[in-house]
Amino acid sequence: MDNNLRDRISEAMKGHEAQYIEVRVDSSESAYIRYRGRELEEVGRSSSGGGCVRALAGGGWGFVSFNSLDGLKDKVKAAVRNARLVGGEPIKLAPVEPKVDSVKRAVKKDPTSIPLETKKRLMDEYVSEIWSVPGISTSTVGYGDGKLRRVFANSEGSYIEQEKTDITLRLNAVVRKDGDVQQSGQSIGSPGEYSEIEGLHKEARGVAQRAVELMAAPQVKGGEYTVIIEPILAGVFIHEAFGHLSEADHVYEDPKMREIMVLGRKFGGKHLNVVDGAGVPGLRGSYAYDDEGVPSTKSYLLREGVLVGRLHSRETAAKLGEGVTGNARAIGSSFPPIVRMTNTYIEGGEATAEELISEVKDGLYVSNWYGGMTSMEQFTFSAGEAFKIRNGKVEELVRPVMLTGNLFTTLESLDAVANDLSMNQGGGCGKGGQSPLAVSNGSPHIRIQRCLIGGR
Amino acid sequence: MAADKNTDKKMIEEVLERAKKVSSQAEVFHVRRWNEPVGFEANRLKTLESRESSGMALRLIKDGRVGFSSTSQEGGAKRLVEDALETAPFGPTAAFDFPKRKRFTRIDTYDPSVEKHPMESMVNLGQTMIDRAREHEKELLCDAGVSRDVSTLTLMNTNGGYAQYSTSVFSVGVGGTLIRGTDMLFLWEGKSACNPITDYQPLVDGLIQQLEWGRDIASPANGVVEAVFTPRGVSSALLSPLMAGFNGKLVLQGSSPLVGKLGQQLLDERISLWDQPDLPFVPGSRMCDDEGVPSKAMPLIDKGVISNFLYDLQTAGQAKTHSTGNAHRGLGSLPSPGVSVTVVSEGEASFEDMVSSIKDGIVVERLLGAGQSNILGGDFNANVLLGYRIENGKITGRLKNTVINGNVYTVLKKVQAVGKDARWVGGSLKTPSIYCAGVSAATRG
Repeated sequence: MDNNLRDRISEAMKGHEAQYIEVRVDSSESAYIRYRGRELEEVGRSSSGGGCVRALAGGGWGFVSFNSLDGLKDKVKAAVRNARLVGGEPIKLAPVEPKVDSVKRAVKKDPTSIPLETKKRLMDEYVSEIWSVPGISTSTVGYGDGKLRRVFANSEGSYIEQEKTDITLRLNAVVRKDGDVQQSGQSIGSPGEYSEIEGLHKEARGVAQRAVELMAAPQVKGGEYTVIIEPILAGVFIHEAFGHLSEADHVYEDPKMREIMVLGRKFGGKHLNVVDGAGVPGLRGSYAYDDEGVPSTKSYLLREGVLVGRLHSRETAAKLGEGVTGNARAIGSSFPPIVRMTNTYIEGGEATAEELISEVKDGLYVSNWYGGMTSMEQFTFSAGEAFKIRNGKVEELVRPVMLTGNLFTTLESLDAVANDLSMNQGGGCGKGGQSPLAVSNGSPHIRIQRCLIGGR
Repeated sequence: MAADKNTDKKMIEEVLERAKKVSSQAEVFHVRRWNEPVGFEANRLKTLESRESSGMALRLIKDGRVGFSSTSQEGGAKRLVEDALETAPFGPTAAFDFPKRKRFTRIDTYDPSVEKHPMESMVNLGQTMIDRAREHEKELLCDAGVSRDVSTLTLMNTNGGYAQYSTSVFSVGVGGTLIRGTDMLFLWEGKSACNPITDYQPLVDGLIQQLEWGRDIASPANGVVEAVFTPRGVSSALLSPLMAGFNGKLVLQGSSPLVGKLGQQLLDERISLWDQPDLPFVPGSRMCDDEGVPSKAMPLIDKGVISNFLYDLQTAGQAKTHSTGNAHRGLGSLPSPGVSVTVVSEGEASFEDMVSSIKDGIVVERLLGAGQSNILGGDFNANVLLGYRIENGKITGRLKNTVINGNVYTVLKKVQAVGKDARWVGGSLKTPSIYCAGVSAATRG
């Protein structure tokens, strides 16, 4: 533990007229390698760092961020002054036991200790695999790793040091024929375990093969379809369809939204159980403490289709009279923490994926992902791959589709959940200008009746 | 800020001095930023923030290869040269030299009154917008943000190239949610400029217009329809898939659908689109790009003809052409070609005329998930977050549970009219409404 820094912060927080003060200090190192086509396009190393103060005083929040810790006491003063300028009704924070802790992240193969040359050799191999497939026009491969050390201290006596590592890998292949362009990609991530991005040669070749196949594939007509969603894409679905609306900051100050999201409301069938929690270990959204110093948990959002919980910061938990969940997160020291997801997933059921598919006469099997968005009631998620299902069998490939849904009808139409839960570590989440935040999501195979799909 | 500028310059010179000893050429890109956002939540002022940050990136050429490092850490300048040297042996082969000292035409992007503008007026502006919107509809729950931002960019290289300029940006945004039963209507208006914004009326009027057109839910839209994209609709649906193909990097690598199409008429002759980084007091305008190459106005689409692609130094070198002054970069990565200020030419039709001439169609205002389709191929395929139904020449309500699908290279060939209603969307795009055919729609019934 850095006692020097601890004393310095604690000294700076003394003697201000504030209800609550917190200080965060980040320092991080990262490296990245990017290829466009066969050529290495960019390689770089970065170091970054900075700090921030957030203060609650006189009914408002004040926030100040900076690169240099010089004159920290004045910076605390400025945050308190900002808070006082806001004014208004008092804001309560849910009580949390002060903690002093130092959390190291143990990984077997730490990416930051592996030479750049070794990482480049691995990426060279993936690039070769992609280009071994005839018909490719171009490709992009991007690798990135980072190590973050974050210090959190507050005026209630907490002082927490945490270390985090993160790895992302994106493989993408593009085929162009006349004016038509098709692409296929795969994203892989890990909370710092380098071995998880090794040995993906077959996947790299698969991405290229899929891009070539897509060029020849037909496009489906827009309309309603019965869809079987494969676990990776179903994870994106639950993140967009329900996860964001479980973030209590969308609800806590909105009386109408509170009526809609009242605990006990039924959103889906008995087979639907949805969980979020940084306390689920070993995933990209896992941590010991959130950015308000609250210990992480595992929370049920839906149990047997009924709303039983939501994700909180200390402020939203106090306002709604619910327990803290440890979901306040900030992407870096220039931002205050906001309510975010961590690891979000649908729990496994009893049927097999084959059983789900075999009951579909005419539909689509959709997998892999481009991304997803939500506006609370409406949401979209797009598949990287789609196949026709006829008489219970997955048949020919069609071009990628965009699926869209409505909170109140789509979860109800989710009529079956398989038993093959799998987590997707390749995504990132954006909210309030803070993007990409490391999260994971997952699901077993699921089936949705009458899902709306865009197409020509 | 003046003292900071001098300290920054000295620090940059020191880094370049050290880099010069171990490489053949080097460049430092430095940004200092100051930002104060005021945030309103649930109809009231909630947060006041002050942010300061600075950072720099070093690019050097050693044995013909490009090494790169960046830092925003206090004292991080010391390790920049070492970090960049570590990457150089693996870096891309340099296809360029850093530019020599150039004379730039001055372009005003800094208004000192942004920095001096009282915080109190920012708070009042936000609260007034919310109050006015709620006078119209008391059920509306509003969020708003007002922010000011001053950034100073310094660019220096070992070939004598040097540029320094500041940009001030004042931004205002106001949004409202109207919930009835389980139906949610989301409204939003926003604007950025290099000068302080004080006139809130157009923003409030825009919000109220969206509310009135969107209050009732219209009958479903299905099949191939005619569509009017409002200026925001152009920004949300058409612009990204249209601009992706102009990136010189994608042209060079063969993944742009515009490869080999330079000089060809691909779109309707009423479509012209320029990059105009020389417009004063427009966020995105600049005297030079992020590598020190002078900026210039340039047509990308001239009367439907594909006229120019966008290049930075490295891409231009590889493609055996000249940089167009379109390098854009953040601190954490090498420059890449992109558009600076997009201006789409106005036409002659009024918005009302376009709507009244449509028997069965839609108005597209904002999409949800527009970035997730095959942008590179020119596709737009997304949920209509805000859009309206046109029946017999009249807007009859909001589209709901509706997706649209199309391709810019197809629909912009089927242009029916271009509006005379060009306006700034956000800060760096000016466009009129565009009315075209060939958009597919599907609604969940």
